Amino acid sequence: MKQELRLMKGNEAVAEAAIRAGADGYFGYPITPQSEILEYLMDANPYEKTGMVVLQAESEIAAINMVYGGAGCGKKVMTSSSSPGISLKQEGITYIAGAELPCLIVNVVRGGPGLGTIQPAQSDYFQAVKGGGHGDYHLIVLAPASVQEMADFVELAFDLAFKYRNPAMILSDGAIGQMMEKVWLGPQQERSKTVPEWATTGKPPTRKRNIITSLELDPNRQEIFNQKLVAKYNEIREKEVRFEEFQCEDAEYLLVAYGTSARVCQRSVELARAQGIKAGLLRPITLFPYPSKQINKLADKAKLILTVEMSAGQMVEDVMLAVNGKVPVHHYGRMGGMIPTPDEVVDNLKKLIKEI
Amino acid sequence: MKEISGIKEIVKPGNLAYKKSGILTDEIMHYCPGCGHSTAHRILAEIIEEEGLQQETIGVSPVGCSVFLYNYLDIDWQEAAHGRAPAVATGIKRLLPDRFVFTYQGDGDLAAIGTAETIHACNRGENILIIFINNGIYGMTGGQMAPTTLPGMKSSTSPYGRDVRTMGNPLKMTDIVATLLGTYYVTRQSVHNPANVRKAKKALRKAVQYQKLNKGTCFVEIVSNCPSGWKMTPVQSNKWMEENMFPYYPLGDLKIPDMLPDEQSKTE
Repeated sequence: MKQELRLMKGNEAVAEAAIRAGADGYFGYPITPQSEILEYLMDANPYEKTGMVVLQAESEIAAINMVYGGAGCGKKVMTSSSSPGISLKQEGITYIAGAELPCLIVNVVRGGPGLGTIQPAQSDYFQAVKGGGHGDYHLIVLAPASVQEMADFVELAFDLAFKYRNPAMILSDGAIGQMMEKVWLGPQQERSKTVPEWATTGKPPTRKRNIITSLELDPNRQEIFNQKLVAKYNEIREKEVRFEEFQCEDAEYLLVAYGTSARVCQRSVELARAQGIKAGLLRPITLFPYPSKQINKLADKAKLILTVEMSAGQMVEDVMLAVNGKVPVHHYGRMGGMIPTPDEVVDNLKKLIKEI
Repeated sequence: MKEISGIKEIVKPGNLAYKKSGILTDEIMHYCPGCGHSTAHRILAEIIEEEGLQQETIGVSPVGCSVFLYNYLDIDWQEAAHGRAPAVATGIKRLLPDRFVFTYQGDGDLAAIGTAETIHACNRGENILIIFINNGIYGMTGGQMAPTTLPGMKSSTSPYGRDVRTMGNPLKMTDIVATLLGTYYVTRQSVHNPANVRKAKKALRKAVQYQKLNKGTCFVEIVSNCPSGWKMTPVQSNKWMEENMFPYYPLGDLKIPDMLPDEQSKTE
């Protein structure tokens, strides 16, 4: 149902896709390299067209709590930021996970730690997939590798968030947020009129009062709630794994990479194959749930696995867990806002092959 | 429980001056004896009932002594993180602009960790009601110093009394928000005796009515006691509040709209 072809930045694609998906509200705060999302929405002024609320908050903390309030009313609401801002949002995110509210958080990752750099990185993987804030919880994490996926994953993320009453995150980076590509956009959808039965909208006499909370002082009842969350995460692990394979059928050397790194690695596979090296690429699309089973399966045929990340090596731990010692797993990474080149990856792979 | 002798004679329909509000649930409140929270809850419940607002009200409860407020009033609730209630209320009100949305926050929540959220919600003129219970101390966590603790006042984290040279002066948040263009009605009340309860209820009702006009933030501070935190009996605490809190936090309206709601509706 794609309708319109546009040339856009990844950040702009997120904003336009949110309007078209019938989002009810966006609450944001400026930070490089994602400010175009807020700017685009302010300029598009969707309130006039669809009724979508767009508000610039006084901080990332306020923005995520506005998301909490809107999500608690059963509305399709979202926020976006980049790494330091996402750190500030972690308090709100854990409350949203604890209150089992659906929402979308977009992280256009930049290098860290601290104020770091404004250049692209993948160093927030742990924060995104292992929880991020306090307490046992998970986000549903989608990793786009193109401007098209930046747009497509907005609706997918909202659908998954509402299906599981769980916050969803689009884990992008400064490269995909800033680069321009052609993107097919779907038609304008109407904002939903359905009110979930748990939403706080004012208590009619026909139902009990709805309470959005994550507080439970009785440890027995808190544990029962934690078990409920675990069951939900297991269901998500079972049903929602998404990944893409590139020349994996006969791959002896498997690359695993997501987002920008996966784009680089796709070229690396072509370069390696031209030199007679049977390389393949598995690109996780969902980082939580992680495609562990598929990686384990591919490890049966592979001689070694190389993960490529723009970090000191974070996702590599999940690959190791998936493979469980079947084959050696290595990491190659660039940091600080540097992006690996396809040749660098191939050189590294060749070095590792020699060492076998 | 042992029955009080003659209670059946006293409690009969003809003798009852007050009725429990239908908005108050049967849940037993967890507050200490003599605490002002329960009275503030009661008048709020009565106003919601009397104004017929149950179906359109969404309350935001804070972190602090009133964290379980959602157990006591039979309305839809959202529980906010510490200090974030005005941001949560902003999200609710922006998405549901025809609803009545209020926050209920203590002084630690509103005047310390939530200072930014409070000031910016008021500055944007969010069409919400903020009810601010100021007892000059962190009650729930066991009586620590708050931004509102009076100079020289003892608490578990100012055991020798608040030294303003190193601990700063008490923050008058209500005075600050009254200066902001986004606020519509700002008042300071108390609920420590029947006369003041009546005044506070009148002010709170006005705030609720003003709020329905959607002309900006309404802000009602209730200066209250904390017998447990202040290490006093309820009677002592009320006396101490009159002698010490009220001179620093004087009761009365700080900002009143030019016109009353009914006059406004006539001109519009």
